Amino acid sequence: MEKRATFSNLWLAAALVAPQLLLVFVFFYWPSGEALYWAFTLEPPFGGSNQWVGFLNFSTVFSDAKYWASVRVSLIFALVATVLSLAIAVLLALFVDRRLPGHQVYKFTYFLPYALAAPAVGLAFRFIFAPDAGFVSAINRAFPDLWNPALDGVDALALIIMAQAWKMAGYNFVFFLAALQSIPRTLVEAGAMDGASVLRRMRDIQLPLIAPTLFFLIVINITDSFVDSFGIVDITTGGGPARATDLMVYKIYSDGFQGKDYSLAAAQSIVLMLLVVALTFVQFRFVERRIHYT
Amino acid sequence: MTRVSLLATAAAVALSAGTASAAERIKFDYWYGLTGDLGEVMAKHCQMFNESQDKYEAVCTGQGGYDKAEQNTIAAYRAKQHPTVVQIYDAGTVNFMLSGAIYPAKKFAEDFAIDVDWSAYFPGIANYYATSAGEMWSFPYNSSTAVFYWNKDEWAKIGKTEAPKTWAEFGEDLKALNAAGVSCGFAFDFDTWQNLEQFSATNNLPIASMDNGYGGLGAELVFNTTAFVDHMNDYKAWMDAGYAKIQTAQVGKNLVQAFADKSCASMITSIANHGTVKNTQVADLNWGVAMMPVIDAAARKNSLVGGASLWVMEGKSKEEYEAAAAFLKYVTASDTGEKFMVSNTGYIPVTTKGFELLKSEGFYADPKYAGREIAIASLTASEVGPLSRGIRLGNFTSIRAQLRSELEAAFTGQKTMQVAIDDAVKAGNDILRRYEQTYRGAALP
Repeated sequence: MEKRATFSNLWLAAALVAPQLLLVFVFFYWPSGEALYWAFTLEPPFGGSNQWVGFLNFSTVFSDAKYWASVRVSLIFALVATVLSLAIAVLLALFVDRRLPGHQVYKFTYFLPYALAAPAVGLAFRFIFAPDAGFVSAINRAFPDLWNPALDGVDALALIIMAQAWKMAGYNFVFFLAALQSIPRTLVEAGAMDGASVLRRMRDIQLPLIAPTLFFLIVINITDSFVDSFGIVDITTGGGPARATDLMVYKIYSDGFQGKDYSLAAAQSIVLMLLVVALTFVQFRFVERRIHYT
Repeated sequence: MTRVSLLATAAAVALSAGTASAAERIKFDYWYGLTGDLGEVMAKHCQMFNESQDKYEAVCTGQGGYDKAEQNTIAAYRAKQHPTVVQIYDAGTVNFMLSGAIYPAKKFAEDFAIDVDWSAYFPGIANYYATSAGEMWSFPYNSSTAVFYWNKDEWAKIGKTEAPKTWAEFGEDLKALNAAGVSCGFAFDFDTWQNLEQFSATNNLPIASMDNGYGGLGAELVFNTTAFVDHMNDYKAWMDAGYAKIQTAQVGKNLVQAFADKSCASMITSIANHGTVKNTQVADLNWGVAMMPVIDAAARKNSLVGGASLWVMEGKSKEEYEAAAAFLKYVTASDTGEKFMVSNTGYIPVTTKGFELLKSEGFYADPKYAGREIAIASLTASEVGPLSRGIRLGNFTSIRAQLRSELEAAFTGQKTMQVAIDDAVKAGNDILRRYEQTYRGAALP
């Protein structure tokens, strides 16, 4: 028994959805179609005489060990950054929801990082975490060579994960807080009257009830860390050292725009798109089943 | 009703006024890649041209970097919105030569009566930008080369008053500096321009077969078989011994910053940074520039030109080309062009005429600019040979990036130097073969 709004006037319906469809076509289907075409040809930078080469671009991509390294780094980045930022955001939201003193100020300030453009976040993190000159250089004075993202790939990856998690935490926080506030007070209060402690109420009442929000945020965060992390990487590490932070989206940029190899970049974007679609599909197919919408 | 007609009249008047002033001055677009202080100098140069005459107007737009200027021009060309003149950096030369989108400089100068003395360009510069037939397809504009910057006070601590001339001597100096308590004798980064390209040119070592690619698109990289590998091993040894340090923006300070604040005693970078060091140095830094060290001082070859040149794009109207010709005439002339660029930046004059003019005016005697003539000396240190002419390899920016990553891997101990450089050559050759295939049937002009 599905509830559906139906239009008897199809023309009106078409006219109403047309602007949206047009936008999707111009900004998604058209460029994707173009990329698909380029992925099967060799495209000179200035255009003109492109030639059909079948799967050559894809086999070049897949036979390159550096590409697989990039996939690996991207997966680690997406998973760790998502877990980290969700964990931080849910904690912040739970405590702001408890209306501790000053929660109005926190509500406002926690969201601010998301209003920053990724390159600005990258620049801030680069300055703060610069091994010689940043705030963190104090650590290096106490423990020489402990922290050096310019030379140590693990440090560099940690740096961009922190920047991404910090940026997304504000966004996640707002959603978590909204979800928490939509839980009827009576439920939490009933728990309290039954003698459940604060932590117990969070674990058994609040967290299960915000599961749909959690699921939504997982999808958004993973997608964001695959496609929107470019600015952070470009400013902080430039993909280095020794490709330790060469995320897939950054590799597309460096091959396509810096290297002017549009065909190779187009093939990689197709692969990235399919990967994100597949990940989202898996999440809906297997994770969403465990979630009960109220 | 009256109000509407009044408005319409006002609009018509405004429109006709607009077209009238547009008709007086013919406009054309010029895009450039210089940014920061240099971008301001470039904008000033445009403004001076516009004020120097009332027939033409250059609409100058900075693109936020050399690579962006090239990317944006390509995108604009594909959308038929490209500028008439564009500033393109050295590494973009091959792409533009093969693009079919440009109006070759020599032909343009003939068609639009720009009187260019092509033989006046320094041979190192003329050869770099010329086709295999020796014709120049772009107008050299802001040019530089790599030089050795050294802190004279630190060298005085080891009793020396002259910069090292050979790499062996430099190695000895670094050891002595370290013993004398200098914590960073040499700052370096993984920029391949000075470390591979200038090193190979000045020592007459090949980077690729077929005269570094000038002979055709079939060239293959060979720098894994030359003294470049030993040179990088020396760098690594100096770093491990604490004589030298890596200085990049990611570490917190780049080469120029580390040199200007006295934390490192020497570096190798473009002469274009001469002005930056002067403007940002700590007050008591006593420094100078010298030619890059070489392996054998008696066999020094000329260093390579870097920087950018001006390209005219095809598909514009005759009027726009006339305007562009007037602009090019103005910005490349010895007095209104070269002198302005050289005295406001660290770049060097590109013609012997410009150099003589500056010398006769006592430019290089001024303590503020003293030392910049070293760049000319380095650029003209020898006859231009097949290996010191330049590098003409497809997609060279990607090859540079490959080598940079591999060097990072080697300097952090993930690979040995030889393996890392072999890997860079292999990846670079794959890039060259893809480029050759993309331009199948095209011959390098």
